[in-house]
Amino acid sequence: MAEFTLPANSKVAPGKTFPAPAGAKRVRRFKIYRWDPEAGGNPRLDTYEVDRDACGPMVLDALIKIKNETDTTLTFRRSCREGICGSCAMNIDGTNTLACLKAIDDIPGEVRIYPLPHMPVIKDLVPDLTHIYAQYRSIKPWLQRESPQPPDREQAQSVAEREKLDGLWECILCFCCSTACPSYWWNADRYLGPAILLQAYRWIADSRDENTGERLDQLEDPFRLYRCHTIMNCTRTCPKGLNPAKAIAEIKKLIVMRR
Amino acid sequence: MTEQASLRSPLGKAIGLGSAKEGVVHWWRQRLSAVALVPLALWFVASLIAHLGGDRAGLVAWLHAPVPAILMILLVGTVFYHTVLGVQVVIEDYVHHEAAKLTALIVLRLACFLLAVAGIFAVLRLAFGA
Repeated sequence: MAEFTLPANSKVAPGKTFPAPAGAKRVRRFKIYRWDPEAGGNPRLDTYEVDRDACGPMVLDALIKIKNETDTTLTFRRSCREGICGSCAMNIDGTNTLACLKAIDDIPGEVRIYPLPHMPVIKDLVPDLTHIYAQYRSIKPWLQRESPQPPDREQAQSVAEREKLDGLWECILCFCCSTACPSYWWNADRYLGPAILLQAYRWIADSRDENTGERLDQLEDPFRLYRCHTIMNCTRTCPKGLNPAKAIAEIKKLIVMRR
Repeated sequence: MTEQASLRSPLGKAIGLGSAKEGVVHWWRQRLSAVALVPLALWFVASLIAHLGGDRAGLVAWLHAPVPAILMILLVGTVFYHTVLGVQVVIEDYVHHEAAKLTALIVLRLACFLLAVAGIFAVLRLAFGA
């Protein structure tokens, strides 16, 4: 059933406050979701005051500063700090995005940071991505061909064929889109969600792939594909500016066309 | 924890029962019926406005003509067909208890079929009645 309130053990309680160091002039307040599986209990919202003059411009800079200088127990994923690895996807100021690409100064008031919505939480801002990675594996995200590969060269594409992959190959699998999708919230067990469907279309649209029919067969399902109701949260939230909703529409179009 | 957590692999869970290999018919017909409802609904509203202030006899006389009667039957049929398709999606989205879901889907189909037949019968009775 759709959930309109959080389960009792997920209700967020107020947490501790870590004040800014004395003499800080430009203080920004960060309210961050905390949950520790070893401590148990309900999650809480801790408040950290950060001196903006002693901190880098992005939300990730603040998180790293807090972890280094204020509270080493704060747990989050990060790696490249330049929007290419997708590790630091989280819900910042009510929108899923990458902490490394979100400027602190673009957020008015307190900066509220939660993990990606409606995913099991491993700890603090780290969601469990096991199921969504398995869904990615299930669409066979690799080139499938019957024709043998030319022995002496690469499998060529025309310029026009290659251009069909633009807007698809840039996806970094941060899952901001899927975890922003209400259909994915209610039916993630069977609905593939925007990220995985965009990836599925990336292989359907690839001129070198010869398994298009089988790929469409696997997607044509009331839940896997047709739970998409063009809500468009995916496209609005994508930190890379991609359009998963359009990729899903293209899949639906191809399935109608081949009838 | 009393019940042991499932030991099925994540990929096994993701694949589940596999693709139903259907859904395009439902999706396509939902859109077709929506498109058909645009002119039908506009015609219906325009006809209602045209009969504002009129009496029952005028409306019955109007429905005696073939075109209004045919369009009215198409409207009633399309409305309930589109309702079945649309509400089915809502139920599948939000009702996750299998027995409740199945019951709701069956009741929905039977109720809409009943209402469509009753509506068409009413139009026919007015169209062919004295």
